[in-house]
Amino acid sequence: MPPPQDERPPRAGRRFVPGPAALVPILAVVLAFLAGSVLILLTGFATVGHLDLLLPVTAYLALLQGAGITTDPAQATNGLVNTVVQAAPLVLGGLSVGLAFKAGLFNIGAQGQFLMGALAAAGTGAAVAGWPGPLAILAAILAGCIAGAAWGFIPGALKAFTGAHEVVTTIMLNTIAASVVGWLVTGPLLATGFSFDRTGDLGNATLPILFGTRNLHLGVLASVLAVPVIWFLLWRLTLGFEIRTVGANPSAARYAGMRPAFLIVFTMSLAGLLAGLAGSMEILGITHFMNASYGTSVGFDSITVALLGRAHPVGIVLAALLFGALRAGAGLMQIKTHIPVEIVDVIQAIVLLFIAADVIVRFVFRVRTGHGGLAELQTVTKSYGEGAVR
Amino acid sequence: MEGLANGLYGIPVLGVVFQLVGYLVAVIPEPTVSHQIIFLATPLILGALCGIMNERSGVVNIGIEGMMLSSAFAAFVAAGLANEALGGTPWGAFGITVPLLIGVVAGVINGVLVSTLHAWLSITIRADQIISGTIINIAAVGATGYLHRIIITPNPHLGGGIFSAWTVPDAITSIPVVGWLVSAFLGQGPIAMSALFLMLLLQVMLFRSRWGLRTRAVGEHPKAAETVGIDVIRLRYRNVVLGGVFAGLAGAFLTLESQASFQLNMTAGRGFIALAAVIIGRWTPVGAFGAALLFSAATALQVAIGVNPPTGQLGSVLGAIPSQLFGALPYIVTIIVLAGFIGRSVAPAADGQPYAKEVRS
Amino acid sequence: MVDVAPALEMRGITKRYPGVLANDRISLDVRPGEIHALLGENGAGKSTLMNILYGLAAPDEGEILLDGTPVTINGPSDAIARGISMVHQHFMLVPVLSVADNILLGKETMANPIFLDRAEAHRRIVELGKRFGFEIDPEAKVESLSVGWQQRVEILKALYREARILVLDEPTAVLTPQETEEIFAVLRRLAAEGHSIIFISHKLYEVLAIADRITVIRRGKVVGTRIPAQTDEDDLAELMVGREVQLTVDRGESHPAGTVLEVDGLRVNDDRGREAVRGVTFAVQGGEILGIAGVAGNGQDELVEALTGLRKPTGGRVTLAGQDVTNQRTRQMNEAGLRFVPGDRHRFGLVLGFPVDDNLVLTSYYRPPFARGLLRDEDAIDVAARRSIAEFDIRTPSEHVPASTLSGGNQQKLIVAREFGGELKLLVLDQPTRGLDVGSIEFIHRQTIARRDAGAAVLLVSAELDEVLELSDRIAVMYRGEIVAIRDGRTADKEEIGLLMATGNRDAAVATAGSPG
Repeated sequence: MPPPQDERPPRAGRRFVPGPAALVPILAVVLAFLAGSVLILLTGFATVGHLDLLLPVTAYLALLQGAGITTDPAQATNGLVNTVVQAAPLVLGGLSVGLAFKAGLFNIGAQGQFLMGALAAAGTGAAVAGWPGPLAILAAILAGCIAGAAWGFIPGALKAFTGAHEVVTTIMLNTIAASVVGWLVTGPLLATGFSFDRTGDLGNATLPILFGTRNLHLGVLASVLAVPVIWFLLWRLTLGFEIRTVGANPSAARYAGMRPAFLIVFTMSLAGLLAGLAGSMEILGITHFMNASYGTSVGFDSITVALLGRAHPVGIVLAALLFGALRAGAGLMQIKTHIPVEIVDVIQAIVLLFIAADVIVRFVFRVRTGHGGLAELQTVTKSYGEGAVR
Repeated sequence: MEGLANGLYGIPVLGVVFQLVGYLVAVIPEPTVSHQIIFLATPLILGALCGIMNERSGVVNIGIEGMMLSSAFAAFVAAGLANEALGGTPWGAFGITVPLLIGVVAGVINGVLVSTLHAWLSITIRADQIISGTIINIAAVGATGYLHRIIITPNPHLGGGIFSAWTVPDAITSIPVVGWLVSAFLGQGPIAMSALFLMLLLQVMLFRSRWGLRTRAVGEHPKAAETVGIDVIRLRYRNVVLGGVFAGLAGAFLTLESQASFQLNMTAGRGFIALAAVIIGRWTPVGAFGAALLFSAATALQVAIGVNPPTGQLGSVLGAIPSQLFGALPYIVTIIVLAGFIGRSVAPAADGQPYAKEVRS
Repeated sequence: MVDVAPALEMRGITKRYPGVLANDRISLDVRPGEIHALLGENGAGKSTLMNILYGLAAPDEGEILLDGTPVTINGPSDAIARGISMVHQHFMLVPVLSVADNILLGKETMANPIFLDRAEAHRRIVELGKRFGFEIDPEAKVESLSVGWQQRVEILKALYREARILVLDEPTAVLTPQETEEIFAVLRRLAAEGHSIIFISHKLYEVLAIADRITVIRRGKVVGTRIPAQTDEDDLAELMVGREVQLTVDRGESHPAGTVLEVDGLRVNDDRGREAVRGVTFAVQGGEILGIAGVAGNGQDELVEALTGLRKPTGGRVTLAGQDVTNQRTRQMNEAGLRFVPGDRHRFGLVLGFPVDDNLVLTSYYRPPFARGLLRDEDAIDVAARRSIAEFDIRTPSEHVPASTLSGGNQQKLIVAREFGGELKLLVLDQPTRGLDVGSIEFIHRQTIARRDAGAAVLLVSAELDEVLELSDRIAVMYRGEIVAIRDGRTADKEEIGLLMATGNRDAAVATAGSPG
């Protein structure tokens, strides 16, 4: 039998102390960076022909610099802003996946929900570009949230009423979302006067910048606010209690008078909304338009963030900041050491591997905690369909 | 739905449906189309065989996508490097060269290695198998992306060549009634043909051999198998690792037979469609094969329309559908089928549940 | 008996598990052609001993001899190779496979190194069956067979492997008396052919009926070996339980006061769409306990699920305190005064990963004082939890630890604390003391009677006939989805109830005289 979960929500008045349960993810990251340095060494050897033992150090230092951890104030501000801006959508995405985990669902569809939210925001923003600022922004955000929620609703309803496993349906929907983006951007949403296919100018629907620094847009606040909201939902509201119960034991949930079908649909829709919100923020705050082949790594990154943060809001924030820093700093690292930015993807993969195989982590560091790995995050449905949950 | 059928557009909709059926019947025997259907189905079949090997033993594997992708990359790079080192002239009906063979071997080895990882995570570590599979998928994208940047981007001419399909003699093609069908199956490259053969082999082995009986028992009721002396853990390990061979072949097909290059994320969800094929096919190789054909037909429809454009009402209906949504058709079909079939298609009973040898008092 | 070397001898077997001495220098011998019964309570150590014999566990001390030669048994395949076969209490059959495939599994008859020889296997199976008195269809899927026939398949599995020693672990637990007699006939034929049979049971009358010798085990030790002719149920019972008298609670008089639950012509389907409850009608009054006796699988689960809102009935009516609750969902029934202790406590009764206090409000978390609107009041939850823990003597370090850390008895006490508290009109108990220690059983029995005396109507469903007899003011017998009899608890005759459970014979108003043996 897998080791029991230990749910200790931080209660108001009790300071959050990273207990032993948080140790494994931290160590997993440490190990992943060590493994990453080996990879950097090998890559350096392969590209220049000799072994530069200091290369990982240089690379990681450049990474930190790019992420804003440096003595030069201008570079630091720049880097930190980049980190925060990269982390913001990951917070929302991580909450999206993490919330679903709490209900025993695996929301791999964060990618598609993100895209649909972005698309809706881009299209609506272009349509309401002439409206007064706050109204335009609100309209675009609302459209993004609804689109994301809808893209989460579909797999949720399918799961609840037909038993179709959300893993496969959400992945399918991710691809379909990409197709929809391609279709709409080159079709009904196509804006004229540009040299490539893209949606129209956002005008007043653009998110204002905070503090005058470039890119630090107002939308970052949404990520900040979402964390306590979700935490409050899960641990202070009866609805959250029901969600967690369905995730922990759906039979007991039925016995307790809860309605698993409703809870699954609700949770997936809310998860979709969060991812869609992230997409809207990206468009309205950073890129300001959408092109036909819009791509993003937010989908996968959100899964990693949720797993690393063990589906807990605070953990998710920390994990999101970590990956935001990685993505922000990777550019500088590539410039200085010619190590491709894709190494972040590899480090991400290694982190995940170590989380899954927490045995390795615990062995290496002689950690004897009872919990640590993914036992807490087991999805409720282990196979493809046990019939509708109803 | 009844209401809609009886509504205003009821009759025209039915008309279009009939036209569609008629069109399909007419266009599928076209050599380009029928060959394409088998061709496109190959990675799906191989992926499904991998899925069946896993699931029949009781291990859920949604990492087939990642296995395929990494194997495609490994096969391509290995073939390319071998080609630079050795070169080679194509030989025989399939255009076999040593670099190509090396590529296939590399793909298979990669599949086996990744499967071993999945087996270790699922069986020994007893991690949640769906999370384990997802991690493999993410890792594959990350690793291939990184290595692509390092190895392929600086060497744009890297390549190992491509297998060619067997040219079916006219004698076979002109067989009445079934000639087109036989020629479609035989007019394929070596990996595609071996996929068909492997599918039949697995079907027979699964239901008539001792290995097949033990595998099915382990997937349904591992405790019962244990009590008659079967080593559940070892059997599962072997089957999962063996399944990696199929996934490896699927990957090799993509970069050595389907086309002669590697693109990022080229598997494009085939691993998941293969899973859907397994479910529809009720976890049997033959059933999954049929389902794979269904999916590839959905993709081939686009080709068909190019070759032999439909006319009339059907033509205007199909013409109005944007091409991107056409491309999404297999994925939409997967969802519909999954929603409809699940519950009616029963997975092996112990599928997805980690097995712990317990000795109780 | 002819003096031959015992087919099996286990000498001085000792096995320790953390915290418990499961087997304490147990010695046992079984002669060829003998049916030797192993008698003991749940947890006495019988299963451990047999696991050691079958190679599923290794003894810490002691040795095993087969036909006089010491052997080491390394695992089930080794045991099977040595001619030892075990038929487990919970069938080890793969439901979707055929009889033949199940029998072949692990000892496959091969046509060549790769392919099975099913034709030969079929032939052998049919022949074996005939030899021991039954006709079996090798191609039938096991899931379509009745329990009695599945038992036969299990025995065939052993015989196919040419077992000399058969171990049967509680083989009659799920059989009707008639099926039991049929299996006994098979066993006698096996013994006549020289097979040795170890028959594990805790049912006294069966053991007296079938065994040549009976060894009684208590708390890991052998406490006596008897021959049926020289002993009786009382003697065996005393050996099994020891000098302590079995604690049964005196339930006292019931004072029924008005109908609380009315069930009228209820029909319920099972998961496969077959009718499991076929027109059941009964009523329960406040202040009385109605016990439903019956062999497991006669529709009790579906009945309970329908009565508690977990399954929709297909026909009939359920009225609770005057309200029609037939199609209502669990929560609405809770509101109407229903409380339910489920049979599968880990699946339905608790969320093991949640803390004790959350589990204590699992069915009332949405109501004041535990919640105001959507907002939870965790302090109120904690206060109530501490109170329940004290009142019901739940042994736990705090209300915040996960429920999984509690022992089985305390987990059930948690559920009882949750369900027995507050205003309740109808209490439905499903296997309330399964697997619990004597102390917890007594506690729960007392609490149940206390609720009855406070005016609640209690519906008890239990597979333990003794429990039903002890607690019930009235006893209803369920057979094949129908209530076939209702008897007064004060005058009910255990034999008659047993017969009704087994055969559903409505006309068995005549109490059978005496017990077999």
